[in-house]
Amino acid sequence: MIAIIDYRTGNLRSVMNALTRLGADYRLTSDPAQIRRAARVLLPGVGNAAEAMANLQCSGLIPTIMELRKPVLGICVGMQVMCRHSAEGDVDCMGIFDTSVEKFEPSPELKVPHTGWNTISNLETRLFKGIAPGSFVYYVHSYFARLCSDTIATTRQGILYSAALRYENFYGVQFHPEKSGDVGERILKNFLEL
Amino acid sequence: MVAKRIIPCLDVRNGRTVKGINFGQLRDVGSAVELGKFYAREGADELMYLDISASLEERRTFTSLVEQIALDISIPFTVGGGISSIDDAARLLDVGADKISLNTAAVSNPSLIDKIAGKYGKQFVVIAIDARFEVEDGLWHVTTHGGHRTTDRELFSWACEAEQRGAGEILFTSMNHDGTRHGYPCEVFAALSEQVTIPIIASGGAGGAEDIADVLTRGHADAALAASIFHYGEISVGELKRRLASQGIPVRI
Repeated sequence: MIAIIDYRTGNLRSVMNALTRLGADYRLTSDPAQIRRAARVLLPGVGNAAEAMANLQCSGLIPTIMELRKPVLGICVGMQVMCRHSAEGDVDCMGIFDTSVEKFEPSPELKVPHTGWNTISNLETRLFKGIAPGSFVYYVHSYFARLCSDTIATTRQGILYSAALRYENFYGVQFHPEKSGDVGERILKNFLEL
Repeated sequence: MVAKRIIPCLDVRNGRTVKGINFGQLRDVGSAVELGKFYAREGADELMYLDISASLEERRTFTSLVEQIALDISIPFTVGGGISSIDDAARLLDVGADKISLNTAAVSNPSLIDKIAGKYGKQFVVIAIDARFEVEDGLWHVTTHGGHRTTDRELFSWACEAEQRGAGEILFTSMNHDGTRHGYPCEVFAALSEQVTIPIIASGGAGGAEDIADVLTRGHADAALAASIFHYGEISVGELKRRLASQGIPVRI
């Protein structure tokens, strides 16, 4: 069973739909026991990192998440709250990934939010098995994670930043695999098969 | 760098698409889900579904259609048409819409943008602006109700206000160009792109690939939305993207 952590953050429907398309058995849950029992855990998230962190703190789920030894995947803001700190609301986050989250500086060539399809490169780990460097994934975000030793994929939008991160059993992707067509579906499938 | 996006727009009434011929192997062109899948396979980057329902019952049909689209299609899609409250937005978010497009309701009640973006994030809110250039005063006047009513708002200031209130993207249609197939007012798109930092989607006026290439380069638009040229088989999404790529325009192929 795959647990999708429900901590009152935006649209969970698209993640649920993507897992349905993959034929996966999932539960939307905020129950620590159920999360600990799950074979895989997804931490989705859209919207604001500070709010997401506050909701997680309120739910009391942070220790549960940090003690997990099964593969965990944070998506978008779900990945950002697994970093050390986010400039969005100047908030301290879980500190699983050894990097900080900063704001894109907009310019006429660099629209913010970074919205649309961009390429991923420097792909590492089995999360990207069968994915060619230069494949397109769908992004929508205004804040990005800096490159660090946990970076397992990169994207360039003005600067080069972390498209994906990994520390031990924790994975995070800044893009939305659930909205990235066949490429995203393959990445989610890889996660389920890690 | 982020790719320029191509977005087919599907008008939906009572659960069925209202335009569309000439789709070769596609069995049921009236099925909004099947047509959406067809475009996604051809390489559409996103889809836009516009609800042109005339009754409450048809609107309910649209909601269940959105639920089916979200289940079946793995690329982002926006829904628009008749969204006038935070409840409408919540209902569409709950069934899986990635973004909603607001037009008339945002003009008559701008704080709706703040409310929806505040609750669901700016990535969820596309502000559609239909504007008409008036020679008398040299200004772009914002119109509502499908271009039938002229308001006292002006394009550039409204776009900036919408951005400040929490719009994640601007979808701009020139009512002078819409339906003409003579291309887009590229200099206006370029000026708009200077004024706001959020992405701009160009709509209305494309007669072919050249017009779209033009608005994505000279007009600095981030995406192009079109209906007729795809629905009537003028050019396929795949062929359009190959032509854009051959001109050095970054697209997802």
